[in-house]
Amino acid sequence: MSELAGTIPGKGGFSFDLCRRNDMLVSKGLKPPSFLKTGTTIVGLIFQDGVILGADTRATEGPIVADKNCEKIHYMAPNIYCCGAGTAADTEAVTDMVSSQLKLHRYHTGRESRVVTALTLLKSHLFSYQGHVSAALVLGGVDVTGPHLHTIYPHGSTDTLPFATMGSGSLAAMAIFESKYREGLTRDEGVKLVAEAICSGIFNDLGSGSNVDICVITKGKQEYLRNYLLPNPRTYVSEKGYTFSKKTEVLFTKITPLRELVEVIEAGDAMEE
Amino acid sequence: MDMSSGDLNAPHSMGTTIIGVTYNGGVVLGADSRTSTGMYVANRASDKITQLTDNVYICRSGSAADSQIVSDYVRYFLHQHTIQLGQPSTVKVAANLVRLLSYNNKNSLQTGLIVGGWDKYEGGKIYGIPLGGTVLELPFTIGGSGSSYLYGFFDQVWKEGMTQEEAEKLVVKAVSLAIARDGASGGVVRTVTIDKDGATRKFYPSETLPLWHEELEPQESLLDILSTASPEPMIS
Repeated sequence: MSELAGTIPGKGGFSFDLCRRNDMLVSKGLKPPSFLKTGTTIVGLIFQDGVILGADTRATEGPIVADKNCEKIHYMAPNIYCCGAGTAADTEAVTDMVSSQLKLHRYHTGRESRVVTALTLLKSHLFSYQGHVSAALVLGGVDVTGPHLHTIYPHGSTDTLPFATMGSGSLAAMAIFESKYREGLTRDEGVKLVAEAICSGIFNDLGSGSNVDICVITKGKQEYLRNYLLPNPRTYVSEKGYTFSKKTEVLFTKITPLRELVEVIEAGDAMEE
Repeated sequence: MDMSSGDLNAPHSMGTTIIGVTYNGGVVLGADSRTSTGMYVANRASDKITQLTDNVYICRSGSAADSQIVSDYVRYFLHQHTIQLGQPSTVKVAANLVRLLSYNNKNSLQTGLIVGGWDKYEGGKIYGIPLGGTVLELPFTIGGSGSSYLYGFFDQVWKEGMTQEEAEKLVVKAVSLAIARDGASGGVVRTVTIDKDGATRKFYPSETLPLWHEELEPQESLLDILSTASPEPMIS
C-alpha cells in the first residue's frame, strides 16, 4: 500500500465483476473448483514474558485430508509469527508477501520489525480484496513496545486481545481459554493451556486434526516447537507390509521392428551459387 | 467447515449500540463491546470508541473492517491537517473528512459512525454520520442495532445543559438498557468523556449493569429515571 501518500485511491482499483459472475454461475449449478482449505484450529495467548501461538496440522480438500502434517505457523520476522486459517494458498501467499515487505522495511529502517507494522500491512491488503482473499490470521510477536496478539479477519478487520482463537475449531478452543486463561501465566502453564486448546479443536472439530504445533516468542528469542504433541499416531500397521514384490517374471521376448530402416546415400556435390 | 453455530466466514460486524451526547462543557461518547461473526461473538471486549486526535473520538458501528479502515484514514488525514494548520483540528473538520469517505464510497461501505469531541471554537459537538454519508450536527445521537430500543428512552430523559455526571449516567444507563434487549449488543460499557482538559476513558464491567427489569430499582416518577444509583466506573 505504498500509494497512501496523501490521496484516497481513485475510482480504479480492483474490479470485482468476475466475482459477481462466479457467484451467478454457482447459483446456476456450476461446481466451483475445489481448493485446499485449512479447516483448522489456531490460537494465541499472551503470557508473562511474551506470546505463545498454537495450531493443528490438518489441511483438507473438501472431505479429504490432503496433508496430515502441514505447517500453519508462518514466519513473518524473527520476532513475529502468524498462524493462518482459511484457504491455504491465500494464507501462505499473504504471509509470505508481508514477510518480504517487513524484511525490506527492516533494511530501510535498520530496526526490528513491530507487530503493528505487520498488522497494518496485512489488514490493508485483505481489505482491498474485500474478503475474497480468504485468510483469517492470528498474528503474535514481541517487539520493543512489548508482546502483542492480534486477530485479522478476511474482510480486513482486526482485534487486539490477550487470548484469541480462529478457524473452524475456534469455538472448541475458546471454551478452553475462557475457562482456564488468566493473566500472568508462566511459560509452562501457557504452553500447556495452548496445547489443551488445540487438542480440544483436534478432537472435537472435523476440520482440525493430527498434531499440535507451538511457537513461543519472548523478548529476543523464539522457539518453534514443530509437532510438540502427536496425539494421533498411526496405531495399526499391517504385518504383511505395504510393499509389492519388485520383480515381474519374464516369460517370452520378441522384438518386432516397426519400420524398415532405409539408408539413402547420395553422392552429390555441395550446393553452389 | 461452516458450523451450525453461525457462518464463521461471515463478515465481522458490530451489532452494536453507540451513543454520543453533549453536556455543558463537552461530550460523552458511549458504546457496548460486542463484535459478532454471524451468531458467534468474535470479540466480547472490543473497543468501538476509537481515537482520531487528542480531542476527537469516533464511535464505530456496522462492518468492523469498513469502520476500522475509515477511522484509520481519517486519523491519518487529521494528523496531516493538524500539522498543516498548526493547532488542534476542530470536530467539524473531523466529521467532514468522515463524511467525504462515507459518501464517496457509499456503494462499498457499510458503516454508521458518530464523531464527537471538543474544540476551542465550538466547544463540545456531536456529529452523526449514518449509512450513505449524511452529516447531522446534533445535541445527542444514537446508532447501531441497539439504538432502536433507545429512541423512546431518550425522548423521555434528554434535557439540554446537563452536567458531566448526569450525561455519563445517562449514557451508561442507555447502553445497559440496549444491551439488555438487543442480542447483537453485549459485553461491557465503555465511555469516553471529552472536555477542554482532554479525554477520559471509563469502563463499566458487565456485572455492575442491571440487565433485567426486576433488577432495576423502582421509580416514583417516569421523569426520575436518572436519580437512581449508578454503577462505579473503572477509569483509565
